[in-house]
Amino acid sequence: MASFAPTKAEQVPPAEVGEMDLYHSHSWWTTYVFSQDAKVIAIQYSLTAISIGLVALVLSWLMRLQLGFPDTFSFIDAGEYYQYITMHGMIMVIYLLTALFLGGFGNYLIPLMVGARDMVFPYVNMLSYWIYLLAVLVLVASFFVPGGPTGAGWTLYPPQAILSGTPGSDGGIILMLVSLALFIVGFTMGGLNYVVTVLQARARGMTLMRMPLTVWGIFMATVLALLAFPALFVGAIMMTLDRILGTSFFMPAIVEMGEQLAYGGGSPILFQHLFWFFGHPEVYIVALPAFGIVSDLLSVHARRNIFGYRMMVWAIVVIGALSFVVWAHHMYVSGMHPYFGFFFATTTLIIAVPTALKVYNWTLTLWRGNIHLTIPMLFAIAFIITFVNGGITGLFLGNAVVDIPLSDTMFVVAHFHMVMGVAPILVIFGAIYHWYPLITGRMLNETLGWIHFWVTFLGAYAIFLPLHYLGFLGVPRRYFEMGETGFIPPSAATLNEFVTVIALIVGATQVLFLFNLAWSLSKGKLAGRNPWRAASLEWQTPESPPGHGNWGPALPLVYRWPYAYSVPGAAEDFIPQNVPPSRETGNESHEALPGAAAQPAE
Amino acid sequence: MTQAAVTNEGQARTPPEGWQGIAADWSSDQRAFKNVPWGKAMMWIFLLSDTFIFSIFLLSYMTVRMSTTEPWPDPSTVFALSFGGEKIPLILIAIMTFILISSSGTMAMAVNFGYRRDRVKSAVLMLVTALFGAMFVGMQAFEWTKLIVEEGVRPWGNPFGAAQFGSSFFMITGFHGFHVSIGVLFLIITARKVWRGDFDREKRGFFTSRKGNYEAVEIMGLYWHFVDLVWVFIFAVFYLW
Repeated sequence: MASFAPTKAEQVPPAEVGEMDLYHSHSWWTTYVFSQDAKVIAIQYSLTAISIGLVALVLSWLMRLQLGFPDTFSFIDAGEYYQYITMHGMIMVIYLLTALFLGGFGNYLIPLMVGARDMVFPYVNMLSYWIYLLAVLVLVASFFVPGGPTGAGWTLYPPQAILSGTPGSDGGIILMLVSLALFIVGFTMGGLNYVVTVLQARARGMTLMRMPLTVWGIFMATVLALLAFPALFVGAIMMTLDRILGTSFFMPAIVEMGEQLAYGGGSPILFQHLFWFFGHPEVYIVALPAFGIVSDLLSVHARRNIFGYRMMVWAIVVIGALSFVVWAHHMYVSGMHPYFGFFFATTTLIIAVPTALKVYNWTLTLWRGNIHLTIPMLFAIAFIITFVNGGITGLFLGNAVVDIPLSDTMFVVAHFHMVMGVAPILVIFGAIYHWYPLITGRMLNETLGWIHFWVTFLGAYAIFLPLHYLGFLGVPRRYFEMGETGFIPPSAATLNEFVTVIALIVGATQVLFLFNLAWSLSKGKLAGRNPWRAASLEWQTPESPPGHGNWGPALPLVYRWPYAYSVPGAAEDFIPQNVPPSRETGNESHEALPGAAAQPAE
Repeated sequence: MTQAAVTNEGQARTPPEGWQGIAADWSSDQRAFKNVPWGKAMMWIFLLSDTFIFSIFLLSYMTVRMSTTEPWPDPSTVFALSFGGEKIPLILIAIMTFILISSSGTMAMAVNFGYRRDRVKSAVLMLVTALFGAMFVGMQAFEWTKLIVEEGVRPWGNPFGAAQFGSSFFMITGFHGFHVSIGVLFLIITARKVWRGDFDREKRGFFTSRKGNYEAVEIMGLYWHFVDLVWVFIFAVFYLW
């Protein structure tokens, strides 16, 4: 007798809306290129994001070459170095992580996981991708204009971002700002779709509290993005006007090369506030989908329900809300009233409560679980460790008194790379290994995956642990080269060489991963249906990989939450969300398809 | 589509009232906002995002107004028109505001007639709304021309005082005027669809291939009222302050 039913499961409410009016493609172009199918759009988003991410990866190599071996590479000068760090940061945070989590995973997983046939407005969704692609192309174009891309640092602080001393102040900064504005316009189109699909287009029986945490994470991140991106959008418009028309929104009276400029009366601090009002939620725009996805990976691969599901949901919501009232902790050294510093330090540290709660719950999900050390599971566990590591240094930096001496050192670089660079990237890898079989019907190669995991995971620590130490020594970030100082010992240079060598190796290993993606597409082991034996809805489609419209003739009916693993008395160690309670002890339970569920009641 | 498995279709849904009703809706399946179509939900959420954009524009204007060292020009004198040798402060802005608020009234009537399936009245009222909107943009163009050509106001400086006055003015009213212009364009498109009876015949959209219906009129109305409401705030904090 099945005993586990989170809510009264026998009854499914009647359908409230009719079938979705789907667009059916009728040519190769509308199927694969100008596709309105969220799954194709997801793949377009992902491939574009990964491609531009590779550019950022190469830029990080160039930076590390300069830091590890200064005065060696004649093709890197100080200006170019600043361009590398700027574009590396901007691409990784916005054009890779945001686009891949929300545009990639969001598009693929939301409709499948909530039991919809597609996003609610597929045409707008398609436009979202094409505007994103345009934003990426504008960004790439900035590499080829005279003066090159902007070298203002990814925070683009004025006044230096638009003054002539900064590399790329001719065309680069303008293209950067235009590209950001385009990205935001494109993202808004997609983001509205994700939010409305989650709120208004779920399957019968799919309550909000039966959604996989992946959907919760992506949903909340999208809400954050819709409310935080406006600040960057307005900031980008005003800085463009400052640069092109000579307005003084952000520009104070300033002397450049002994010459008084026409600017005056603007507020550079205003830009910092706008930037970080976007910038801090952006951290959670990247982190919340990772939180959600990793919860699902841990649950599936430990064959155990997620511990404290409701708490996990509320933690996501609370973290999202708090992320709007902490932004000025990025500005402790900009000069602010001590009471504001106190306020922002307090709110920052309060975020540690819901995040710690999530870490405990992930650990307790593993506790006495039937842990399968598959590649996705390895990445998921690595994420927990890395996230704790990066989160704890965040507690250091959240305190104004500790932040001020550590600000602008390599410690900060190590902190944010751990917490919002390496940790989400590990989840992205885990998620790709996990859902690749769903998307392509084939498994990724395990041996290559195993090598990829260990080199990436250990390599990330070999790179970033030394950076913490260098930061404590006082090695500043964003410096082209160290020169002679009284406080940095010569051994710091040796450590930098070590970090550079490891960074090159870890970067090269990602090529192995890309090779795996391409090779497994035709040569990988056939996955069959639901290879991970997962309970959530995306694996229960009648066709696998899911076809156009996802669900065949009838939409799925949802009877339970997505974490029904190792339920006592059930025939299998998992019960898919769409299997009726009366059939969950039957031998055929995992074969129950939506099509089968459409049979008359037993 | 065959109805599946066990359902409680027989029971009529009687939602609880007040906060309990909200909790019941949000913990139910399929839709968090009951009886709200997708397009309308999407427009509301977009407007929330757009509210942030305009709020940040206005907050930025207030910040630079404080940060500038030059005196801030007096909007009542800058935006004054002479009639018969007499300078009347803000007269043009008052007319523009009156027109835009009137257009909200005609828009509301268009939505009402749309739901009554009165195609002609709905379409005509939308065209009147569009006309009001176009008049608003036209008067804005007149205001801009006067400021630029006659008074010598530029985004980077003006003869009255702080340069940020012109910068904020052109940026904020420009962004709002852009919203009104987009609204006028879509009002005309929607009015044409209503007039031809596209929504009665559920004709598929040219771009989206979706069947249209009269909700489009209401969604257009939401956007239009929002643009009006934003103008009230711009009027209050830029012109009256």
